[in-house]
This record gives sequence, structure tokens and C-alpha cells, in this order.
Amino acid sequence: MVEAVQPVVQARGIVKIFGQHRALDGVDFEVRPGEVHALLGENGAGKSTLIKILTGAYQPDGGEVLLNGAAVRFSDPLDAQGHGIGTVYQEVNLLPNRSVAENLFLGHQPTRFGIVQRKVIEARARDLLATYGLEIDVKAELGSYSVAVQQIVAIARAVELSGKVLVLDEPTASLDRNEVAKMFEVVARLKARGLGIIFITHFLDQVFEIADRVTILRNGKLIGTKALPEVTATDVVRMMLGKDLALDHGGVGVAEAVQGPARVAFKSLGKQGKVAPFSLSLHEGEVVGVAGLLGSGRTEMARLMFGVDSADGGEISVGGRVVSIRNPAQAVAAGFGFCPEDRKLDGIFGELSVRENIIIALQAKLGWFRALNRDEQNEIAGNYAEALDIRAADHEMPVKLLSGGNQQKVILARWLAIDPNFLILDEPTRGIDVGAHAEIVRTINRLREEGMAMMVISSELDEVVAYSNRIVVMRDREMVAELSGADIAPSVIVAAIADNPGGQNVKMEANA
Amino acid sequence: MNRALRPLVATTAIFALAYIAAIIQFPAMLSTRVLGNFLTDNAFLGIAAVGMTFVIISGGIDLSVGAVIGFTTVLNAVLIMWLGLHPLLAFAISLGVAAAFGAVMGAAIHYLKVPSFIVTLAGMFLARGGASVLSPDSIGIKHELYTTISKSYILLPGGGRLTVIGMIMLVVFVLGMILAHRTRFGSYVYALGGSEVSAGLMGVPVARTTILIYTLSGFLAGLAGIVFSLYTSAGYSLSALGVELDAIAAVVIGGTLLTGGYGFVAGTFIGVMLQGLVQTYIVFDGSLSSWWTKIVIGGLLFLFILLQRLVFSAASPRRKVFWKT
Repeated sequence: MVEAVQPVVQARGIVKIFGQHRALDGVDFEVRPGEVHALLGENGAGKSTLIKILTGAYQPDGGEVLLNGAAVRFSDPLDAQGHGIGTVYQEVNLLPNRSVAENLFLGHQPTRFGIVQRKVIEARARDLLATYGLEIDVKAELGSYSVAVQQIVAIARAVELSGKVLVLDEPTASLDRNEVAKMFEVVARLKARGLGIIFITHFLDQVFEIADRVTILRNGKLIGTKALPEVTATDVVRMMLGKDLALDHGGVGVAEAVQGPARVAFKSLGKQGKVAPFSLSLHEGEVVGVAGLLGSGRTEMARLMFGVDSADGGEISVGGRVVSIRNPAQAVAAGFGFCPEDRKLDGIFGELSVRENIIIALQAKLGWFRALNRDEQNEIAGNYAEALDIRAADHEMPVKLLSGGNQQKVILARWLAIDPNFLILDEPTRGIDVGAHAEIVRTINRLREEGMAMMVISSELDEVVAYSNRIVVMRDREMVAELSGADIAPSVIVAAIADNPGGQNVKMEANA
Repeated sequence: MNRALRPLVATTAIFALAYIAAIIQFPAMLSTRVLGNFLTDNAFLGIAAVGMTFVIISGGIDLSVGAVIGFTTVLNAVLIMWLGLHPLLAFAISLGVAAAFGAVMGAAIHYLKVPSFIVTLAGMFLARGGASVLSPDSIGIKHELYTTISKSYILLPGGGRLTVIGMIMLVVFVLGMILAHRTRFGSYVYALGGSEVSAGLMGVPVARTTILIYTLSGFLAGLAGIVFSLYTSAGYSLSALGVELDAIAAVVIGGTLLTGGYGFVAGTFIGVMLQGLVQTYIVFDGSLSSWWTKIVIGGLLFLFILLQRLVFSAASPRRKVFWKT
């Protein structure tokens, strides 16, 4: 063991209080040089609060932060960066409008007589990125590269400027499998260089892949710090939740689809350059899962269905009658609901209260001449908040202050309030911790039992399998397979996704 | 090609084509005399537009520019004619006052978290009102230095005159280009326009940069006011009405994105020259109302906003990445 190694950064008995709420209560945490230390916990467990204290964004109300054994107090993240602690966030906090080289050295550009030495910067940027295995045009705009590349540029900048501790706050949330592998190579390299790395993620398999130790927080308290080979995933989940995960990880999913007249049917719906024409019908009490890689046209498909983008051709019928859906207002009128992928951007109204967020779709459907009065609003919001177990101190709280899982439930409540025919959920569990995951899955199952027709897009194969009656697979902007019955298994889905892009799929022809 | 360059290329092409078309109709327009007048007549606008370029690239707007120009002309006139100061001293005081005015607006924008639109609108009323309080009437300026400056010029081949104020504008543009594209301050301005939050997290001194940007804009508006008073030999509270809007038009036509983050000082120069070209054309034509300038500028502005929308909303193709294995 490396017990003798002095931690590079250490938190001792950290207490942080927000109003009445103890967000952190006597938490100890440490990172040693050359280790990857995963920080786990449900939403609201205090992970981000702890990180914000370690990186200087918050000041602790009790306890102390030690850097190489000496107590320090960071006034802000820049101060922490100057002391060697760099942070890379899930949303890349760089400048997409500037070149890669400038992003790497902004604020530290070498100058001569006040003039920035561009050539020197570009050469250094190339050398620096080469050490991360990245050969790109450093003069190009950062925004023209994929999130994975931007993420690595952000890491390179953080390491260059700080160099002792690197905090990775959900760096892999929007990366595909290949990109995650590249990211891990980078992390391994940095670990070998002796950096202490704090890794925050919602993907347990990733934790077990690269972390040396895990620290688990629950409700602001330290549950434990364990060396990884010594604990199993089940142990970790149990520590996070304080109970066994109530998620059915059964191989084969739900029973056969309920047959009969379709509640919603899409016929040859498509849009040039976005999604090839597809046909899909959904029945009462049926969940259709949509699997496929990022960029395979999953989200585009949902956007067409909901009228966010207008289709080139095809028709939509609800309960047997053809309806015209050219914009989301018509979709809502037809009884559709859509929980988008990026809930912060497209889903919630962060500044508005929980109540306002829940009633807004219903109010829009009713029209402004039939305004709901405050009592009705309170009642509706209260009912759904209770039914979906939305945890907010009160319903007048701005939604942006809620955790990701609760925000997702607010959006779900918003659509349930209009009593929809058909719900589209795009990545409902992204960026949500394991506990809230299970709850969202339970909610989907419950809605199905109540007779809702739903389409759920998800990258989590285990999850899709757990609640889908049928699964459609998207690849290269085309619906390539429709699976049901015994075919609903991760291995079959992976095979369908992985089929060579040019070749026609037998299953697809069978379903065409 | 870098997509940020496309609007600039388009502006340059339009300017070139328009100039060629004008020359075909009025061959006399192809002379250094016309070019020299372009520079002289639009010097104050160009100088103010350089400041505006920085403001817009940073994601803000400065509506006080025209009023600060008007105020400076009056302040100059008052200092020189009523208090008997030497013009150079008056210039220094005016520039200091204008720069300080900009600094205060920048500080208000940053520390009070008020949109620049509102703060500079207030600044506009203050400066315009202040100028009227100083003197509601036009004050003629008579001083040797004014006479000397307006008589000095470099004779260009072909009989054109590069006047002192024309040269001031060219120098301001060159310095502006260096400042925007070659200094740390310049990169901070673009950073603010890209994302203020990210810029802050990356260590850009957001407060200082914001204040400096509006100080620069105020300073250049003051300089534009001095140039305007040299140009007209007078100080008048209602001079340069609406110049802030002409400056914004020049900046946008020059390829700077109104929402910030992208743009070129050189583009603004072409934007200014394009406005000058339209005015000159109308003078040559003789029968058109000068309001046609506004109509043409309006049309161009609309066209460029459309063009920017197309260039920047079109999904940029992801670059190919070469991973070393």
C-alpha cells in the first residue's frame, strides 16, 4: 500500500452550511500523487459542494483544506489553480470562438513588447497536445472540434497551469465509447506523471476501470473511502444508496407489446440530411426503446415526431386520425410530450419555480384566456410533485437549484399534467445518479402500466432492456432494426448497432 | 476558410464591386481626390467605429458614442474659446473626460450587472444633456492651430489630399488592429465575447477588461469629437446625432458578429468606407436625396445580418482528428 505517501491535497472535517441545510458535515477527503480517486454519491450527496470547496469556489464553514500538508484557503478557482489544483467541467469551459492554441495559453501568452508571440504559442500548443496523443490544427477554432477533443484541450490547459491535482467533473458524460477510451488513456498518462486526479462520474463501470480508490458521500456525510479491488460494484452502490439498488437488471425485458390499434403511428416520417424516413407505431401501454450511438439520428427522430424540426414527408396519426404536426404547439395539441436530452438548455426554465415549470405546458395547451388560478396551479403542481416524489424544499423554489434527477421529474410532471397520449423521453437518466436512475426507470414502468405510450431514447443498454416492450435501433440516421421479445437483450442491440454501415440489415428488411 | 472570415470577404467583395460600378458610371470617382475625401469626411465615424468594434466583439454595445462626440466638441470649444486654453491642453482634457466617462459606464456594466445597452443609453442622455447645458448654441472655434491643421495635408499623386484628420483615422485603425489581434488585451476582448463565464474561469480579468473596453470606446469617441471639431471648426451640442448607429452599422457590415466573439477591425474600416462610397455616389449623382445613404446602409445591414446568420448557424463540419496510437 501507499499509506506512507503524503496526500497532495487533503480536506479535514469540512462543514458547509446553506441556510438550514448542512450540505457537508465533517467530511474528510484526500488525494495522493499518482492516484485516481473517484468521488461518488447520489445527487445532493455533497460531491459538487466538496469539489467547489477544494477548488476555491466556496469557502468551508468548518474544517480545513491542506495542500502538501499545509493549511490553505483559496479565494477563488484561479487562486486554487495557481496553487496547483485545476478543474475540468462536464460542460467545457473554454472559448469555442478562439483557436485551440489561444485556449491553451489565454492569459499566459508569451509577449514581446506587448505583442503576443503567436508562432511560439502555436508551436508550444502542438508540442503540448502531442504529449496527449493529439495532432490537430491548433490554429483552428476550438468549436470546430468534437467535445472529446475540447475536453482534452481543457485537461491540457488545466494540467499546464496547475500541475498537481486535476479535478475531472463528469468528463465522460457526453462522450462515446471510443472517446471515453481515449480520455482514459490521457488520464492514465497523467497518473503516471504523478498527478493526483479526482474523478467524478455517474458511470460505475468507468470508476472500476480507472480509479484506485473511491470515496462515497451520502447526504453530506462521508460514508467511506475504499481501495478499489477490495470492494465490488454492489458494495459501492449499497454505500451510495444505503440500500440495495431497486433496479431490475433482468436480461430479457418486459412482456410482448400490447397489440391492437395503434395509439400513435408515424408513417415514412423523414427529413433530408437528418433522418431517413422511418415508420413506427406505438400502442397503449407500450414503451419503445430507441438505441443507437450518439449522432445516429435518435434525437433527430424525436425532434421530427414533436415538430421541432418539420419533416419533408410522411404522416402522423393519433388514434387513427391523421394529424398535422409542423411545430411543437401542434404536437402538444395532439397530446404529445417531449423531455429533451439537454434538460438545462431545452427543458427547464431554470429561473422559474417548480410550480411554474410544471403547469407551463398545461397552461400553453389551455391557452392564455383560460388562465389557471394560483390554487389550481398549486394543486396540480402539488399532485405531480407528490406522485413523482419531486424533492424540493417548496414549490416556489427556482428549478435550477434542484438536482438533475429532480429537474427531470419536474419536466416529466409538466407533460403528465397535460394528460398526454404519447411521451418522448430523450436520455431521461443522463447525468443523474444511480438512485435517481432507478426512480426514473420505476416511473417509466409505472406510466406504462397506467397505459401511457412512450418512446424512450437511451444510451444505457441495461436500462432500455429493462423497460422496453420493443426496441428500435438507429444507425447512421436510419432506423435499422426493430427488436422484440427474446431479441431485447444488450448483445443483440450491440450487434444491430455495430453492423457494417453500408450493408443492409436483414432484420430491417423483415420489418420494412 | 475560417468561417469568421467569410462576412469580411463578402464585405470586401461588395465594396470592390460597388466601387467599380460607381467608376463605370462616373469615371471621375477613380481618383485619389475622392479617396482622400473619403478618409477626411468619415474620419470621426471611423475613429468611433474602432472603439465600437471592440465593444461589440466583447458582446456589448455602446450607444453613447454620438453623444460623447457632441459633448467633446462643445467641451473643446468652451475650453478654447471661453477659457482661452491652448487647443492641445483642451484636447488632453477632453480625451481624459471622455475616457473617464467610458470607464464609469464600463464599471457600471460590470459591477451592477446591468446590460450595456441600458448603461450606455443612460450615458447617451447624460452626455447629450451635459453638452446642451454647457452651451445650447454652436460655438465657432478660431485658433491658429485649427487653421494650421485644416491647411496641412500630404498631397497624393493625382491631386488627392491626405489630411491630418484622415491620417489620425488611419493610425487609429492600425493601432486598433494591433490591439485587437496581437495583444493579450485583444484576446481577452474576444474571450469575453465568446463566453464571459468561461473567460472568468480561465483567468481573464473580466472587470478590468470590461472597464478598459468602454474606456477605450469613450476615449476614441472623444478623439472622434476632437476630429469632428477640427473638421467643422465648431462645437455644437447636437452634432454627430445618431453616429453611434452609423458606427454600429459599419462594424456589423465589416463582419463583426453582433452577439460578440468574432470580428475584425479591418472589416470596420471597409464598413466605414462603404458608407462613404454611398455618400460620394449620391453627391456625384446630384439628383438623389442624401437619405438614400440610409436606405442603402439599411439594406446592406440587413443583408449582412442575414449572411452572418447563415454562416454561423450552419453546422460547422467537425474537423478530422488524428489520434496518435
